[in-house]
Amino acid sequence: MMQLEGVHHAYRQGGIFSRSRRHPVLQGATLSIGAGECVALLGPTGSGKSTLGRLVLGLERPDAGAITFDGAPLTDPRGRMAPETRRAIQAVFQDPQAATSPRFTGYEVVAEPLTVQGEASRDRVAALLAEVDLPAELLDRPAHRMSGGQLQRLCIARALATRPRLVVLDEAVNSLDLETQAKIMALLKRLRAQHGMAFLFVTHDLRLLRGFADRSYVMQDRRPVEVESPFGPGPLPPVLQALRDAILPEMPRPRLPARRAVG
Amino acid sequence: MKKYVIPAAAGLVALLLLAAAFAPWIAPYDPTLTELASRLQPPSAGHWLGTDHLGRDMLSRIIWGARASFGAVAMILVLVLTFGCSVGMVAGLAGGVVDAVLMRICDAFMTVPTLVLALFMIGALGTGITNVVVAIALSHWAWYARLVRGVTLSLRQRDHIAAARIAGLSRLAIARRHLLPALAGPLAVLASLDLGHWLLHVAGLSFLGLGLAPPAAEWGIMINDARPFFRSAPLLVLLPGAAILLTVLGCNLLGDALRDRLDPGMPDHLH
Ligand SMILES: Nc1ncnc2c1ncn2[C@@H]1O[C@H](COP(=O)(O)OP(=O)(O)OP(=O)(O)O)[C@@H](O)[C@H]1O
Ligand SMILES: [Mg+2]
Repeated sequence: MMQLEGVHHAYRQGGIFSRSRRHPVLQGATLSIGAGECVALLGPTGSGKSTLGRLVLGLERPDAGAITFDGAPLTDPRGRMAPETRRAIQAVFQDPQAATSPRFTGYEVVAEPLTVQGEASRDRVAALLAEVDLPAELLDRPAHRMSGGQLQRLCIARALATRPRLVVLDEAVNSLDLETQAKIMALLKRLRAQHGMAFLFVTHDLRLLRGFADRSYVMQDRRPVEVESPFGPGPLPPVLQALRDAILPEMPRPRLPARRAVG
Repeated sequence: MKKYVIPAAAGLVALLLLAAAFAPWIAPYDPTLTELASRLQPPSAGHWLGTDHLGRDMLSRIIWGARASFGAVAMILVLVLTFGCSVGMVAGLAGGVVDAVLMRICDAFMTVPTLVLALFMIGALGTGITNVVVAIALSHWAWYARLVRGVTLSLRQRDHIAAARIAGLSRLAIARRHLLPALAGPLAVLASLDLGHWLLHVAGLSFLGLGLAPPAAEWGIMINDARPFFRSAPLLVLLPGAAILLTVLGCNLLGDALRDRLDPGMPDHLH
């Protein structure tokens, strides 16, 4: 369904008048997401996971390489997306406070994708809130008066509004406390079982993937590398080994000679 | 304390705005009607605030003065906001070379002192309120452009703008729904503080005979006219002076209140 082929992407560093160097973030990135599949993208901080997510969302255009959705280019040459494609790919971001305008009420946040085609209604938004286990009274509450967990559920409801076929979850649970994290993960699992959409689940926390992802990629040398079983005994890319080492053991044990942690 | 100050300021500014808007209907006399027989009269039933040295009704002149001041300030505000917002948003959204060039132009305009520019324009183009308005607007829009650009830049990276793009909103809709509301607070604060400045500039230049010209009713002109009579009829100076003072004060207080209202993210103790 979603296909990245040899994608390059770089950000320009520094101002206009300073010597402008382009700082490569992705080089020859290749990744595929099938319909209804849950694909995990792992990697330490700064490895370009979010950048890849933004490319998949069409927020950014690749410098080279091809991104196709259902076999057709994701964006036209001017970077615009067809309205159906726009509705088919949605996102949930890491920081729910930053991802919602503090001036909006719960209704306005969730209704935003629906306003474009004039199909927003209170009933529809209330149904979406019910789907993410939020009470209807949040419809009229300003976003800045909600808890982090409530806001993230609100963002999930917004992402569900257009019945997308692919949702990019960019560290969607990483800013939440452990208990809320577990609840949101359970909600995401349930929603995927209900609607059968595909996930691109971006994270640096390996623990979240157990029993969640169908396939996993790990960022290595500016490109995603597919790993067969991130928890299995087989040989692992060094980056993944480092991520695995960074997981805290369930029971504290004597400290081993220092290993470099990543993330 | 704040509970009473804000409604009082709002009431005061509203009153002045009403006076300015409906001056022809509420002023009891023609503000330029001279009646030498009844000159320099103290307040009475016929002339509530007395008359000036040419027998003109002071109340009517104060009311028409509000119209002149607010008219000039409103024109400055429209010019400055239109110019500042468009330049700032274009710079913030386009970035790159466009941003760099626009900001250097802003820097150049920010170095120009209002009075010097006003005196230069008046010297070159002659006296008149239009020149004063344009000079004040030219020397102030750059601050607005900078502010708008800064807010635009800081918002551009925020995820709710990304979310709006993912929702499929057009650039214009994003500017209207996400950018303008965020700009309203900072712009209101900056503008409310500047309103007072502009009012003082307009009055000051008119006082010097460079803005509006007599016999027009304008607070600065009124003070200048009344100078020779300050000892015998101090009200002639004090009334327009008080009008300027109260207007500037009201604008500043209202701007503060406006900011508190329009910045919902800010916790109460920071207000
Ligand atoms: N808008 C930008 N302009 C310039 N450089 C950027 C920009 N966004 C990201 N970068 C750089 O690109 C690199 C990859 O960033 P990215 O956000 O994709 O990393 P990430 O893997 O998502 O990290 P994290 O786990 O911290 O979210 C970083 O070195 C970052 O500094
Ligand atoms: Mg990231």
